[in-house]
Amino acid sequence: MNDRERDWAFWMKSALAGDAGAYRRLLSELAPFLRAVVRGRAAAYGLGAADVEDVVQETLLAIHLKRGTWDDRQPVGPWVAAIARNKLIDALRRRGRRITVPIDDLSEILPAEEQEEEGLRPHEADRLLSVLKGRQHDVVRSISLEGAEIGETAKKFGMSEGAVRVALHRGLQTLSRAYRSFRE
Amino acid sequence: MKTGDLIEAIAADAGAEPKRPAPALMLALGGSAVAAGALFFAALGPRPDIAAALGTMRFPFKFVVTLAFGLAAVALALRLARPGAAIGPAAGFLFGAAALLAVAVGFELATIPSNAWEPRLVGRNATLCLASIPLLSAPPLTLILAALGRGAPDRPAALGAAAGLLAGAVGATFYAAHCVDDSPLFVAVWYTLAVGLVTIAGAAIGSRVLKW
Repeated sequence: MNDRERDWAFWMKSALAGDAGAYRRLLSELAPFLRAVVRGRAAAYGLGAADVEDVVQETLLAIHLKRGTWDDRQPVGPWVAAIARNKLIDALRRRGRRITVPIDDLSEILPAEEQEEEGLRPHEADRLLSVLKGRQHDVVRSISLEGAEIGETAKKFGMSEGAVRVALHRGLQTLSRAYRSFRE
Repeated sequence: MKTGDLIEAIAADAGAEPKRPAPALMLALGGSAVAAGALFFAALGPRPDIAAALGTMRFPFKFVVTLAFGLAAVALALRLARPGAAIGPAAGFLFGAAALLAVAVGFELATIPSNAWEPRLVGRNATLCLASIPLLSAPPLTLILAALGRGAPDRPAALGAAAGLLAGAVGATFYAAHCVDDSPLFVAVWYTLAVGLVTIAGAAIGSRVLKW
């Protein structure tokens, strides 16, 4: 195991024990790694930069929600690369369907909410967040875009810290589902 | 949302309990034993001569086979639930269980006269075997698939098949206590067929419900 893998495994173990700082460091290093993994494969399929970033974000969410599947005797790199590969395949399927199915045929079937989700583009700050409603939206927005702590967020919305944590976790699950809903 | 902002939100959720497949699967197995056991005692019950049968060689061997396949299925499921994991050693367990059964069949063919082969293979109640094992396996399959929902399989259908094999092994273990056909010839044909049906059902359901 090289230095990078040693760092990643150490941060991952700390993150699994609840260390947010170690988790942030890990995810910040994983993002460019994932970008490289996805870009390398995406070019052959004609995925653009925005699509690549979508896959990176979907992969980060999957890493988080499925982090219980990491075997702590195994290196982190191949595990996250495998998740990215799965998410890239999903994105390609999604895209294939978007191209082959005329959108007119779908406009009557698709609920309005899903139309809003169309094209989860990065750099359009509120686009992804717009799939969240109510408290989930407020809490995720406060912590992500505004960089607030859990405690500050709780005070701001008059919630308990526990309620903020629950809303945050559910919000992340909703975001992950929003990506997957393209497939169905 | 910028990727950096998303990372802030994810990192803040570090305190949420990670969902590990292995403990959930063990819990599901416990529940499966209770559910299939309750169904077994309500509908079938152990064969009347079970005490005498335990003294023979063929009757206890049925449990060795079903448990070996169950063990292999647990190893396979835990591998297949992880993204990018090689199934390597787990496939060895499956091969071992199949080899165990094959050796027993060879032993049976070598030790009994050939005119006894057919009656032993056909057995006394193949239909009951084909119906009971899938029925006893249904509640375990539900519980096992629910537990494996924590996984992140590269191939959801393959993980579903492992879940089906495991559920089938649980069902077959209970059914074996009722069944009076103990020949490895009977086990190799009818038990395999019944457990195979559950495995196929697991693959079909898994390909839908184990997507993540």
